[in-house]
Amino acid sequence: MVPTTLGVLVLTFVLFHVVGGSPAEIVLGKNATSESLAAFDARYGYDTPLLFGTWAAIRALGPVPKEKLQAGPDTALFHVPLAYELPAGTYRVNAGRVLLRIRETATGEADEAMFDGPAPLSFSVREGWKAVALDVGGPLPPVLRLDKRSRGFFDSQFINYGKALLRGDFGVSSEYGIPVTRVLRTGVGPSLELTVPILVGGTLVGVMLGLLCAAWRGGVADRAVLLLSTVLMSVNYVVWVLAGQYLLAFKLRLFPIWGFESTAYVVLPILIGIASGLGRDIRFFRAAMLDEVYKPYVRTAQAKGLSGSRIMLCHVLRNSLIPIVTYVSLSIPFLFTGSLMLESFFGIPGLGNVSLNAIHSSDMAVVRAVVILGALLYQGVNLLTDLCYAWLDPRVRLH
Amino acid sequence: MRKDLNILQRLWQRWDTRLCLLVIAAYCFAAAYGEAVFQACRMTDRSPSYNQVHEGYRYVPPAFVRVFSKTPTPVGCPLYPLGSDNLGRDVAQRLVQGTRIAFHVGIITSLIAIPLGVILACLGGYFGGRVDSLVVWLCATVASMPGLLFILAIAMVVGQGLLGVYLGIGLTTWVSVCRNVRGEVIKHRGRAYVQAAYVLGYSHARIMFRHILPNVAHIILIAFSIRFPASVATEVFISFLGIGVQGEPSWGIMINNARLRLWQGVWWEMTFVTLAIFALVLAFNHLADALRDMLDPALRTEQSN
Repeated sequence: MVPTTLGVLVLTFVLFHVVGGSPAEIVLGKNATSESLAAFDARYGYDTPLLFGTWAAIRALGPVPKEKLQAGPDTALFHVPLAYELPAGTYRVNAGRVLLRIRETATGEADEAMFDGPAPLSFSVREGWKAVALDVGGPLPPVLRLDKRSRGFFDSQFINYGKALLRGDFGVSSEYGIPVTRVLRTGVGPSLELTVPILVGGTLVGVMLGLLCAAWRGGVADRAVLLLSTVLMSVNYVVWVLAGQYLLAFKLRLFPIWGFESTAYVVLPILIGIASGLGRDIRFFRAAMLDEVYKPYVRTAQAKGLSGSRIMLCHVLRNSLIPIVTYVSLSIPFLFTGSLMLESFFGIPGLGNVSLNAIHSSDMAVVRAVVILGALLYQGVNLLTDLCYAWLDPRVRLH
Repeated sequence: MRKDLNILQRLWQRWDTRLCLLVIAAYCFAAAYGEAVFQACRMTDRSPSYNQVHEGYRYVPPAFVRVFSKTPTPVGCPLYPLGSDNLGRDVAQRLVQGTRIAFHVGIITSLIAIPLGVILACLGGYFGGRVDSLVVWLCATVASMPGLLFILAIAMVVGQGLLGVYLGIGLTTWVSVCRNVRGEVIKHRGRAYVQAAYVLGYSHARIMFRHILPNVAHIILIAFSIRFPASVATEVFISFLGIGVQGEPSWGIMINNARLRLWQGVWWEMTFVTLAIFALVLAFNHLADALRDMLDPALRTEQSN
């Protein structure tokens, strides 16, 4: 379990920090200025190195080939095209001579300094000052780079990300401007109100139909239920939601259409949730019970003269509990993360709704938090399921 | 090759699977036709007819309804066998384009997920030990991600559009393929023919891909028949949410479009899109069942992810 948890953290880190490119660009959009992007990076800690290291590239200057540099007013120096004025900090440029012009932000007082030495040269901008312009000279490298010094060797995105998660800190939602944990906490309740009845109801109905199928295996009822389950499975989820909302709520006016005010509002979403999962559930439960029906102990029970219902309920159901518990427990994480479609369509302010909105508004911190939460819950539930086996099946021993 | 022929023949002999095959063939034809239209329009640089807006002919009912209805058809109205949508576009032509996109998604995501799963499964199952642990760890990690949300997150990070959909679905669904194939490879690893090939001095790659892989090919076929409809359904969902396909008539976008006027009695677009998705997915699901029963009775009890 520990390696998989680590794997989940690495995978989410790779997805949200590496593959996606700059989070600042995703959140602020393509038209944001590099200065506001840099400010976003500094605020959320994206200006530190990815894994570890002392220096990190900054947005003020990407790698520039030597040929692209333009000569400045002084012919010996080349002008460096900075995207914005450098705020306070320590910088490094891989050139042999640097002419730095700085200005105090409050008073506008300007100053300049020239220094040279073996490349790379590093310089600091004091607090309250900004580096306005930068000219470089001396022996120039083929590609000019400008880096900023991070606060320490291990002050990296990955380490900080791990540390924050250990503290239970998922960052700040860029959409709402409040900590993600608070956003999530408000969403869990409504989600559970919707998903727990779906899980319980769906499992009960599915197990009952599965039992009936297994009892009358090969008969007309069995084949009818099996066909029905294939048909149910093939109806798209979107269609379930739209058809339910249109036919039952709008045409027949049996349920309220939209909102989250009383219990009546969640009845229709619950029914739709059960119906949409039923096809797959029935097939699984039926298969799990068919595995047991042909075992010798069932024949023994029949030979003893036990009634069919007793055999099915006490013997077959009891013995097919292991696959059933595994199957049901795997959907427990989704109880918390909620149902994306149902919640957004019926206006239930649960986690599914929250995460869908977050995806629409590119609120990465929230999406990331829900993904991690779901994955960690899945791992926890897996562990609990394994423990359950020992209780359900005396042959399984925990070591 | 001979084995595949047998499977097709056996599927053809039953009436229900024959119907499925015919339905799928019809969809393939529609998708190919849609692709031809799409490519022709792209090469000649014309605006395709399925995207042409006719402001005057919005919400025209299907042709077969107009024949029996009393309200006169507007003059000069195109045929519209299945009606027109909110911008006067032909629903039938857009459905064909939706089929094209569905097939793109089904095939490309399978081309990502199945090779990835099969190669990892062969490596893990054949070599065992550390390699196998690594493969199992990868499977467990990806499997614990919250399904649809993870796909949406990938699509969001990669950027909206078809590429995000392909990668999102492809990179999350290889796990079930990998697990099934790996189990089968492990069964075959100890068999005599593999040991014989080893004694003959064949390379590991040759034993894995020339000797073991053909013997587990039926699992891959089953995996494809399960993955394809699942990918199509997921694409409909993602596009419906506005995160998937942009600017092209995907089925999900058509449903989202049709939803707006459904409440005022514009039923045709919604009905036909729904039926199109339903028939394709049902045909594939039923075929997958039949294939599973035919090829691998042991898999029947496994959860199809």
